[in-house]
Amino acid sequence: MTASLEIRDLSITFGEGPDAVKVLPSVSFSVAPGECFGLVGESGSGKSTVLRCVSLLTTIWSGEVRIDGRDLRGLPLKQRCRLIQMVFQDPYGSLHPRQSVRTTLAEPLRIHGLDDHEGRMKRAMIDVGLPVDFLDRFPHQLSGGQRQRVAIARALILEPALLLLDEPTSALDVSVQAEILNLLARLREERGLTYVMVTHDLAVVDHMCDRFAVMLHGEITEILPREAILGNQATHPYARELIAASLDYEGRA
Amino acid sequence: MQDPILEVSNLSIRYPGAPADSVRGVSFVLGRERLGVVGESGSGKSTVGRALLKLLPGARITADQLRFEDLDLLALSEAEMLKVRGRRMSMILQDPKFSLNPIQRVGRQVAETYLRHFPVSRAEAKAKTLEMLAAVNIRDPERVHELYPHEISGGMGQRVMIAMMLLADPDLVIADEPTSALDVTVRLQVLNILDGLVRDRGIGLIMISHDLNLVRNFCDRVLIMYAGRVVETLKAGEFHKAQHPYTRGLLAAQPRIGGPRKPLAVLDRRPEWTEEQPA
Repeated sequence: MTASLEIRDLSITFGEGPDAVKVLPSVSFSVAPGECFGLVGESGSGKSTVLRCVSLLTTIWSGEVRIDGRDLRGLPLKQRCRLIQMVFQDPYGSLHPRQSVRTTLAEPLRIHGLDDHEGRMKRAMIDVGLPVDFLDRFPHQLSGGQRQRVAIARALILEPALLLLDEPTSALDVSVQAEILNLLARLREERGLTYVMVTHDLAVVDHMCDRFAVMLHGEITEILPREAILGNQATHPYARELIAASLDYEGRA
Repeated sequence: MQDPILEVSNLSIRYPGAPADSVRGVSFVLGRERLGVVGESGSGKSTVGRALLKLLPGARITADQLRFEDLDLLALSEAEMLKVRGRRMSMILQDPKFSLNPIQRVGRQVAETYLRHFPVSRAEAKAKTLEMLAAVNIRDPERVHELYPHEISGGMGQRVMIAMMLLADPDLVIADEPTSALDVTVRLQVLNILDGLVRDRGIGLIMISHDLNLVRNFCDRVLIMYAGRVVETLKAGEFHKAQHPYTRGLLAAQPRIGGPRKPLAVLDRRPEWTEEQPA
């Protein structure tokens, strides 16, 4: 299953009249079905906020978000959750410490009234490369990489078409990051999933994404294909600076 | 190596109640250079840094030698360590948000070490502080001096911490993930400032990090730690000559700009990596 995402004039404003503060002035971009789209920028530039708006964890925005041409706000909650799921940055904070993996994975199945819980949970575990008997473990019995796999299994268990990935590997070691990135790349290929991925690491963007947007102060400065990184083909000064810094950091300047 | 600042040989550390040593048989010599220590979480790299400052209450630290300039660190009492910490050896921590005191003005915190170790007046300490804040490229030191930590950005907070640690002019600085909490663009500025100060003053620097790119670009030599042991020591420019499968695995696992889009290599951890390696 796959879906397109279209965001037009997404904005968040606090207050009214002349004193109004726009924290997210206006964000527009579209992601093709099966594409991996990156969002990069410094802390506070609004990249995670965009994901929170699309997942409706933040609801105070205006503008238009369409999934496969359908208005996001018009979709019933359950249908929306079957289409969009999110994976968070910190696997230590995003799993309930007193719930076993089984409880974590069973909850969405129960809410959505799906059949064959046991079979679906087993398949989800196998999909993310965890042994099936880990279903009875608690988060503290798992390593960081294993926890992030559970978080991905939780996101996948409702078979969504669009995954929102909020720095899915920045809390992990390089060696574990490689495992998770490989897993995400494989799942996208197998299922045609659409990804919107927030990251601060342009090497990850280059490895995973087709196109990416550089954000600054809540605005998209430039949308670039991933090929633009290596030769720094950005035109906006901030995007150029960011790419130059990343190349420099890798010792490629 | 002439004039070593720090000599560590066969350092082992065991936390209270732990079934095994967290750090085992670590040896290295540090001159006036920048030494990187890399490894994954739990490899013992921060534990080594803290042991040098004896900041591990209750832990059992053993070594054949733990010499810092003219001092035998193992033999020093806590009272004697108080004269070493901050004055001759200091540590820059990861996250300024958690390492600065939120209810004290920046200037006062920076001056504290200096006042503690030198017999100077508050006015003299303030003058020194302002000078140091300027040295870490803070444009308006007078203003920043009066701010609280929540009023400054992460990058500025990290520069304030560097100022604080270098003010007493130590001979050895241990930087534990000094830039992990910062954005790439800010990260480079902070590293360049740290690098400049360390070079100018001839300070020995130990840079603890999980980031291979960082240590490769900013250190002279790098120790690679795995499961409490140093598995390999490399010159920064010679990472391509890495021999140990763990180091090679780490390098291969790193996505690179312009790299091939094949699945990344995944570490195949071998039990023998945790065993004694022939040097």
